[in-house]
Amino acid sequence: MGIHTIRLPDVGEGIAEAELVEWHVSIGDQIEEDDVVAAVMTDKAAVEVPSAVAGKVVWLGGEIGDLIAVGAKLIQLEVAGDGNDSLADVVTAAEATVDDADEPATSPTPVAENEEAKQTAPKPVASKRPMTTRVSGAKPLAAPSVRARAREEGVDLRSVPGTGPAGRISHQDLSDFIESGGATPVAPGAHVKNNSVKEVKVIGMRRKIAEKMSLSKSRIPHITIVEEIDMTELEELRLALNKKHAGARPKLTLLPFLMRAIVEAVREQPELNARFDDDAGVIHQYGAVNIGIATQTDNGLNVTVVQHAEAANLWQNAQRVSDLADAARAGTIRLEDLTGGTITITSLGAMGAIATTPIINHPEVAIVGVNKMQIRPMWDGQQFQPCKMMNISCSFDHRVIDGWDAAVFVQKLKTLLESPAMLFVES
Amino acid sequence: MADIKTKLLVIGAGPGGYVCAIRAGQLGVDTVIVDPQAHGGTCLNVGCIPSKALIHAADEFYRMTHASSGPLGISLGRPEIDLGKTVAWKDGIVERLNNGVAGLLKKAKVRSIRGSAHFVDGKTVTVSGDDEEHTIRAENIVIATGSSPIELPFLPFGKTILSSTDALSLSEVPKALAVVGGGYIGLEIGSAFAKLGSQVTVVEAADRILPLYDSALTKPVAKHLSTLGVSVMLNTKAENYADGVLHTDRGDVSAENVLVTVGRRPNLDTVGVDELMLSMNGPFIDVNDACQTSMRGIYAIGDVTGEPMLAHRAMAQGEMVAERIAGHKVSWDKRCIPAVCFTDPEIVSCGLLPHEVKDAKVGEFPFAANGRAMTTEREDGFVRVVARASDDAVVGIQAVGVGVSELSAAFSLAIEMGATLADIGATIHAHPTQSEGLQEAALRALGKALHI
Repeated sequence: MGIHTIRLPDVGEGIAEAELVEWHVSIGDQIEEDDVVAAVMTDKAAVEVPSAVAGKVVWLGGEIGDLIAVGAKLIQLEVAGDGNDSLADVVTAAEATVDDADEPATSPTPVAENEEAKQTAPKPVASKRPMTTRVSGAKPLAAPSVRARAREEGVDLRSVPGTGPAGRISHQDLSDFIESGGATPVAPGAHVKNNSVKEVKVIGMRRKIAEKMSLSKSRIPHITIVEEIDMTELEELRLALNKKHAGARPKLTLLPFLMRAIVEAVREQPELNARFDDDAGVIHQYGAVNIGIATQTDNGLNVTVVQHAEAANLWQNAQRVSDLADAARAGTIRLEDLTGGTITITSLGAMGAIATTPIINHPEVAIVGVNKMQIRPMWDGQQFQPCKMMNISCSFDHRVIDGWDAAVFVQKLKTLLESPAMLFVES
Repeated sequence: MADIKTKLLVIGAGPGGYVCAIRAGQLGVDTVIVDPQAHGGTCLNVGCIPSKALIHAADEFYRMTHASSGPLGISLGRPEIDLGKTVAWKDGIVERLNNGVAGLLKKAKVRSIRGSAHFVDGKTVTVSGDDEEHTIRAENIVIATGSSPIELPFLPFGKTILSSTDALSLSEVPKALAVVGGGYIGLEIGSAFAKLGSQVTVVEAADRILPLYDSALTKPVAKHLSTLGVSVMLNTKAENYADGVLHTDRGDVSAENVLVTVGRRPNLDTVGVDELMLSMNGPFIDVNDACQTSMRGIYAIGDVTGEPMLAHRAMAQGEMVAERIAGHKVSWDKRCIPAVCFTDPEIVSCGLLPHEVKDAKVGEFPFAANGRAMTTEREDGFVRVVARASDDAVVGIQAVGVGVSELSAAFSLAIEMGATLADIGATIHAHPTQSEGLQEAALRALGKALHI
């Protein structure tokens, strides 16, 4: 039997390190070739790392949230034959004075053979464990009276730090935990204060989103314009087209029409279809209209990019939006489908409120937000008419887009969408 | 026919049932308990208490019988035993306890009905008694009907083939007794009769006696059985009994009586539990950590829920269920259930055995180094503490030795409280007692033993 080490592969885009977001295996698991062992997050997407060999997992190279360098040891397997490495040392990084990950094993017993040591990261050998460390998987040590009180007060003792020998939980530990807001006594039917604070580590996609939003908001002075648009005609057209091509062509949503309108609008205002390299002081205006579509996924906001929207018709764009959204939600989106956007559309669909404040997808300079469509009474000069109204909320990088240009762009969109024939006449 | 409506009906007045009913009554739950027999169930009437009475009588008789040959300088004439009188004494104890339980139930305002219960549906039970029949509708029903000795088809219980119940009511000591089954019941009763003068032969199908314990614990028992003159036939299967001979696949055993102790089965059929279609766990009723069955409002406790079939487990379950029905937030979260074999010497086991802990740190202290054990002429046996090497938390304690059953409370208390080796080592243990062995075993596990 030998040890086979899998290192973090090059996940593309010149990325030097990636964040570990999920382990698909545990120590002791027997896995087959091509089984996915972990998922790492790049700047754009989660990438799954498969195993090149079959074997038993004996070492995991980090905890969720850790940043792992490309080429660093990710996982080690016990395999038939010689393998390609020796077992990683089980000394934690904090104890090691040098990076000894390449040193051979010091413990004759693989970590996996110890049931209670099953965990996602290597731990110090048992004899070095401090007395207050709780044994993984074991019931917390506590006297029956402490356990009974915890039950009464709705406290899961596994969450309570024990200060006694072997991590034993005393009444005082329990009291301290409750007072600190760790748990709230529960009286049936009573309204009680809830002082609990749940810590949720911002990792993976959410961390990337947070970083990106901070960057956009801190560097880009936004100007937002909200306009209302009568969508009555466009909706009639959309319904008619869908009816006519039902089953034969992709169903048209509002998005391909809006993409078409943007393509037409930026034809006259190329400064809006651009990326601003503020470090270099250069604006890159693109001929290609690569429209980012903000998509909600289980892991958070994902911006898929429909490349060359200017070169596709309504149905082609509809199909591409649908395909990209499916891939993003399934976690199978490719990195190239998440990069290279020149302008972005964001939509909350039916939840889209009256107005929003879209944040520009840095380093782009404009974003078009779609709000909720609803029938509202509109004055036609003689009487109120029921119209399908929709607001759009558009933000612009005020450093390079003046308010006047922004307003012209918004009015152009309004004109195109309210008179949909213009979408095609002008092209 | 009298109709009764109640909050709680307990079927079975054994240790689980009566404790459940008493606790429920104390908590103000309207409770009825039903049993065709006297209060106390197997434990009190034909199990724990009677067997311990017989064992005590046998110990006393044996001690007197052998006093003259001992080192204490005591001479006695040849003692005799009137087993009928012994059994009557035992029956007196049982009766006192029966009355005691009845009094406790009455004090807790529990209505007791003598009769056989049978389920009509999940809320209704009929009870056929000596005097009248009852239909009882209850919001909650606890099945606590216990277990019975398993009968072997080729050795049916009868005049000479005895169940454990029968053996505890013999009026004369059999000259030769064959015990089929080398578990704790067979060895307890077999040893007692050996001390009373029977020629006892234990026939066990497995390769060792008391297979639930490790060989270190059972070795002193096996050795003392030999001292008592008990023959043990291992890897042997009993076949049939005829004309004073028990035939086995390894030869014949002359025996006036055959005691069959091959296990116990849950009492479910007579109550009609099958008709409720409850989820089962093998032959036992499947329950969750609150002793709830698969049917709402139906609980099961004690032997009908499986191993270990021990009275104190049933009592703890009964108490818990009563509190739950009274609205308390309780569930089963015990760390250990102590088990005691009243063999000679006794065996106590609490928590995990050494081989059940992966990183075990084990400390053992022999009674041969214990002053108190020496003064009682019995130095065989030891105390053993099992701890997790990672943090010294004590997860198991065992002992084998004379009188160690009384140490069981300290053992289970230590585990239940989450004691570490250092805690036990730092606790003053009275001298001279056998309990010092516990402290020494803990100190020895820490490498700090004082007396060895």
